[in-house]
Amino acid sequence: MNWAGLYTVLSGVNRHSTAIGRIWLSVIFIFRIMVLVVAAESVWGDEKSAFTCNTQQPGCNSVCYDHFFPISHIRLWALQLILVTTPALLVAMHVAYQQHQEKKLLVMTGHADAKHMEEVKKHKMRIAGSLWWTYVCSVVFRLLFEAVFMYIFYMLYPGYQMMRLVKCEAYPCPNTVDCFISRPTEKTIFTVFMLVTSSVCIVLNMAELIYLVVRACARRSRHNSNPSSGKGSFYGHKHSSEYKQNEINQLLTEQDGSLKDMLRRNSGLQEKGDRCSAC
Amino acid sequence: MDWGTLQAVLGGVNKHSTSIGKIWLTVLFIFRIMILVVAAERVWGDEQQDFVCNTLQPGCRNVCYDHFFPISHIRLWALQLIFVSTPALLVAMHVAYTRHEKKRRFRNGEKIDIEELKNEKLHIRGPLWWTYTSSIFFRIIFEAVFMYVFYYMYDGYQMPRLVKCEAWPCPNTVDCFVSRPTEKTTFTIFMLAVSGICMMLNLAELCYLVIKICMKESRKTT
Repeated sequence: MNWAGLYTVLSGVNRHSTAIGRIWLSVIFIFRIMVLVVAAESVWGDEKSAFTCNTQQPGCNSVCYDHFFPISHIRLWALQLILVTTPALLVAMHVAYQQHQEKKLLVMTGHADAKHMEEVKKHKMRIAGSLWWTYVCSVVFRLLFEAVFMYIFYMLYPGYQMMRLVKCEAYPCPNTVDCFISRPTEKTIFTVFMLVTSSVCIVLNMAELIYLVVRACARRSRHNSNPSSGKGSFYGHKHSSEYKQNEINQLLTEQDGSLKDMLRRNSGLQEKGDRCSAC
Repeated sequence: MDWGTLQAVLGGVNKHSTSIGKIWLTVLFIFRIMILVVAAERVWGDEQQDFVCNTLQPGCRNVCYDHFFPISHIRLWALQLIFVSTPALLVAMHVAYTRHEKKRRFRNGEKIDIEELKNEKLHIRGPLWWTYTSSIFFRIIFEAVFMYVFYYMYDGYQMPRLVKCEAWPCPNTVDCFVSRPTEKTTFTIFMLAVSGICMMLNLAELCYLVIKICMKESRKTT
């Protein structure tokens, strides 16, 4: 399991994201993960071996390195990228659950043929209802993780700039010792680059959040001005037992209407005679 | 055979797991195996070369390293992850055996759809329930055993900066310095926390399975 494996897992989620979400995912993979793997790791590769202190005291090098670099930039970025990309899996799990419910509904209403089942797997889920809340939570968590890591970076390495020389007094170094960091300018450039892309991702996430909220409000105001189109209505098929009917109603109230649209498009079985006010 | 192959093997088991089992598998692959491969292995990469002792005595550094690090964290985590993920193969074997039996019945004349047999999800009941519950139980045992082994071998979960070594051929007591102790402590605590989360998920799954079977039994008797 490496970055390529993570890419495979997350590209599945891409299908159910908004347009801004897809842009965000591309920025993450191309400008952050790829830069980390092909460039930043080689810059930081010799960070310890080339950290040189002006002393021959054994152990002073290690101790000073550990004092000034409690956790390396590369590891912090790797953790940040993993934590920032995983909330998308909440959405993937919710989508999988909704698809499972839709399949159950199809079986119950007698439309469980191969064509409908395939379409359940392939059709894009509308971000409405409970999926909207899951999606918004995942975006909020992403923002939170980005902000927390930027703060941790600032706390550990104030100013985001890499010094050329640090002065170390930790045991067993005798008195104060000058220690020199390898490639400080290159490291500063990459730190600033990763910081800028992190901010771009934060801006994209905030834009996505605003877009989702505005869209939900617009949908609600349209719904209020047109009360005849409602969710959770009675699907006018004749069933042999009331229990089955109640379960179908229960499942329907949990759907956002995308399954009803799909069935209506494909089977054309909604006639005017049926009592279906959702259609 | 590497982590990718293990992922392929376990991905097949995923289909027959409960939802909690699927979450557990995701946490295992993303927060443990992936962190091990992309981050932790680099941190421990130079653990022996950069283990420095305050002496010129040949052999002292090797002996002290071996004394304080009988088995490296990375190897222990790799073993832990392999042991913890393999009970799921018990379930895979049981599912394969059930399918084999169904195919045999088909060959003996019963009408069963072969294609559907390959793709159908088996419900966790009957003997499969016992196999599944045993696999979760073994996972919990292995997690706990490895967490204890870590604690016992390294006297807690913190990596010291300095260790004092008296093993032969080191003259008297010698100061030895461990490389990147803070970063190692951070990752040890992270892996410990995720291990704890995995144990919680396994316990939750066990409780869920037991409650489900009790409810099913009580519905049958009423």
